[in-house]
Amino acid sequence: MNIILNNRAESFSKDMLTITEILKEKNYTFKMMVIKINGKLIKKHERDTAQVVDGDDVQIIHMISGG
Amino acid sequence: MRFNQIKEILKTKTVGIAGCGGLGSNCAVALARVGVGKLIIADFDIIEESNLNRQYYFQNQIGQKKVSCLKGNIYLINPDVEVIDHELKLDSKNIPEIFHNCDVIVEAFDKAEMKNMLIETAYDHIPDTPLVIGLGMAGWGDSNSLHMRKSHNIYICGDEVKEISDSMPPLAPRVGMVANMQANTVLEILLNDQ
Repeated sequence: MNIILNNRAESFSKDMLTITEILKEKNYTFKMMVIKINGKLIKKHERDTAQVVDGDDVQIIHMISGG
Repeated sequence: MRFNQIKEILKTKTVGIAGCGGLGSNCAVALARVGVGKLIIADFDIIEESNLNRQYYFQNQIGQKKVSCLKGNIYLINPDVEVIDHELKLDSKNIPEIFHNCDVIVEAFDKAEMKNMLIETAYDHIPDTPLVIGLGMAGWGDSNSLHMRKSHNIYICGDEVKEISDSMPPLAPRVGMVANMQANTVLEILLNDQ
């Protein structure tokens, strides 16, 4: 499938992945993240079930302390 | 657009500022200078000497509340700005009440958990309000890594990498750059809206 991840085109061999699987595949190990699929916020407990399919727009924003 | 026209538009606008530390105090001052009509500021903290390396406060304000001092400092710069100050710790319950009438909300917390909480709370209760967040501004140098990018109604300012630590403290120049980048993004939202 082809998706948009953080405003960039990305290809994955599978037709469907959960957010947890995408994080694993991309090696994202950030402690705190804001994740959206097509603008819908995916809360932490929904990461194992939220599905990403071809054409989806996925945003993964890494929360960083400082301000 | 001439500055007079810009001021006419901005004086009708309300901007919420969540946190009055390095990002919040500097961003609020920039927005006050250009004449945003109403600023709603919130913070629970008092000013410590260690804050003065980046926050818009003065030696004689150490020990006082950040919100009331920031309100006073803004008044000295531009008395036409109406400042509503809330001395409290922002949480998922009070954020919708305090910021629901804002045209834009600026996220200006220091802790990642609080940034996350504000984004989730705004999404649940005030999803149409643009959020301008600060992510990654620790240390010094590396100016070219600072950027603004848009993710739906969230505008992200910072390098999105450098987290504060003992060896990578927050310092006036880079924190100020991101705070002003946030203020600049607020103007972009408010003025391009016209």
